[in-house]
Amino acid sequence: MEGKSMPPLRTGAARALIARWETILVLIFVVVIVFNSFASPYFLNPSNLLDTTFSFVEKGLIALPMTLGIIMGDIDISVAGIIALASLVMGALSTAGAGTGVLVAAGLGTGLAAGLLNGLLATRFGIPMIAVTIGGISLFRGIAYAALGDQAFTKYPDSFAFFGQGYVPGTHIPFELAVFAVCAVLFGLLLHRTTFGRRVFAIGNNATASRFSGVRVQRMRLIVSCVTGLMSGLAGILLTSRIGSTRPNIANGWEMEVITTVVLGGVAITGGRGNIAGVILGIFLLGFLKFGMGLINVPGNVQNIFSGVLLILAILLPGYVAGAQERARLRRTQEA
Amino acid sequence: MLKLLKRREGTLVLIILLVLAAVSLRAHGFLRLSNLNDILTDTSILVIVSIGQMMVIITGGADLSVASGIALTGMSVALLNWLVPGIPMPVIVALAVLIGFVLGSINGLLVSAAKIPPIITTLATLGIYRGVVFLESGGQWVSAHKMTEGFRDLPHQAPLGIPNLLLAAVLVTIVSAVFIRLTRTGREIYGAGGNRTAARYVGIPLARIDYLVYAISGVLVGLAGLLWVSRYASAQNDTATGFELQTIAACVIGGVSMLGGSGTIVGVILGALFLGIVNNALPVVGLSPFFQMAIQGFVILAAIIANSVVDRRTQAALLRTRKL
Repeated sequence: MEGKSMPPLRTGAARALIARWETILVLIFVVVIVFNSFASPYFLNPSNLLDTTFSFVEKGLIALPMTLGIIMGDIDISVAGIIALASLVMGALSTAGAGTGVLVAAGLGTGLAAGLLNGLLATRFGIPMIAVTIGGISLFRGIAYAALGDQAFTKYPDSFAFFGQGYVPGTHIPFELAVFAVCAVLFGLLLHRTTFGRRVFAIGNNATASRFSGVRVQRMRLIVSCVTGLMSGLAGILLTSRIGSTRPNIANGWEMEVITTVVLGGVAITGGRGNIAGVILGIFLLGFLKFGMGLINVPGNVQNIFSGVLLILAILLPGYVAGAQERARLRRTQEA
Repeated sequence: MLKLLKRREGTLVLIILLVLAAVSLRAHGFLRLSNLNDILTDTSILVIVSIGQMMVIITGGADLSVASGIALTGMSVALLNWLVPGIPMPVIVALAVLIGFVLGSINGLLVSAAKIPPIITTLATLGIYRGVVFLESGGQWVSAHKMTEGFRDLPHQAPLGIPNLLLAAVLVTIVSAVFIRLTRTGREIYGAGGNRTAARYVGIPLARIDYLVYAISGVLVGLAGLLWVSRYASAQNDTATGFELQTIAACVIGGVSMLGGSGTIVGVILGALFLGIVNNALPVVGLSPFFQMAIQGFVILAAIIANSVVDRRTQAALLRTRKL
């Protein structure tokens, strides 16, 4: 009885909710596309459309591991700080004459190290990830400020520019988009097709029960934190390569947009529920929305109002939908 | 428990004295009374906002929107002062507090009624409030010559013998200390942050407390916003950017646990003073002000670790007493 009837009911309700939520997302997505194509006659041109992805796939790359983190109940708000630190290390090495290969390794390595530090502090001292990463933001970006002040690194090898500006040879597909596509598939498989992914959901639903079922909760949290750092490092490489310079305020405020994307994609901010497909939809939706606002000359600061409101709505609306469904279900059972 | 907290504050005083001694060895003028006075006034705004931040953190949340709130209140009153110079200062002070209260109430309602996690709520309003600053200013600054003399002089005037800026910090400290130590609602704030299930069973109105702490934080942010723009005689779109991290740093250095449930006003003031002294000492020891953020990040992490170790020891000590 308790093993059979309860779980299907829950997942059934959850699945119905996600289906509803994704339908809403697709509808908004269509509205945004229509709006953009009215705002600019060039928007729907395929090569232009592909080029608009430059502005948001870097954030999307961080949204993927952030999805795992939030489902598990760990929110990392230091990701933009990690980008600044990774960019700083690459800039310093490049100025010292390092080649492209070294720069890529340094960017990934710095990201991994920062994620490892966050993860160790959170798991060894039992501090919530969100509290650790509040210190992390300050430390990582602070190091960039301490080293650079009001200066910037702008000397990067020519071949380094390919990562953020190049296209897949023979096509008009940006290299960044290709990287994102590969990562999205990998994260989708990881979360939805492996035991690792099942454990992520298990921890998010009940960490204590997971631990008693033999899931090494602290090790899982450490791994996800490292992966988040690594992906932030990767985003740092692409961003630095795209804009060709490193300033301490690089990627400022990205953490809010990344978290908005994930929540918009239907991941429960309280953990335990979500899927990669929804998040990918969220990434493109927010990306095209911001691109559209750029088309009609809305300044970046004002765009943040929209992201902020969207973040709040994206959390509120599914709750109301779920509440309404729950009430409807109760009415049905009462009638029956 | 009390002993441990006292020890934390004792340690902080010791560290602060050590830093002061070390810096004054490098620069003999550092301990001059006038410089110490500068540090106190520099730290006043941080103390005011950190006390609100402390109450929020004690309930288990965090208010990341304080810096944007300061910018929004500051820009609003500065614009008002520029466009309608005739409005008397007491009205401006009341308006600043009111604006802050509204901003804080928005946070409070989203957390207590809509049940959105505090950090997510305030991360969203951080972006929203900062965006509104840009909307109302049109990207322009309100510079010193657009402000009335009374507006610019507000923080420095000393009708009661000490400058208004310092006076505001002292008053906020005293009122908050009485509130949080001696009133029933004040004690309930601690209760709401410790064990929420237990708090509900003893009848603490959790939703009301959750709303209240953000509203209080907002009021203090409003006051701080006015003091900030009048003190620096300029209201900009990036006023106070990153200041939220300083207030959280002051709290955790002062022994406020990020898990909620514990923290004292004396600790927070010492934490703020520590940051103020370090910031003031940077140029004296030949480091650029750009080092401030990194040092702060390092100190936040060190303090969080120290707090968690103390928490664990306290819990272990509590468990031992139970075995009797």
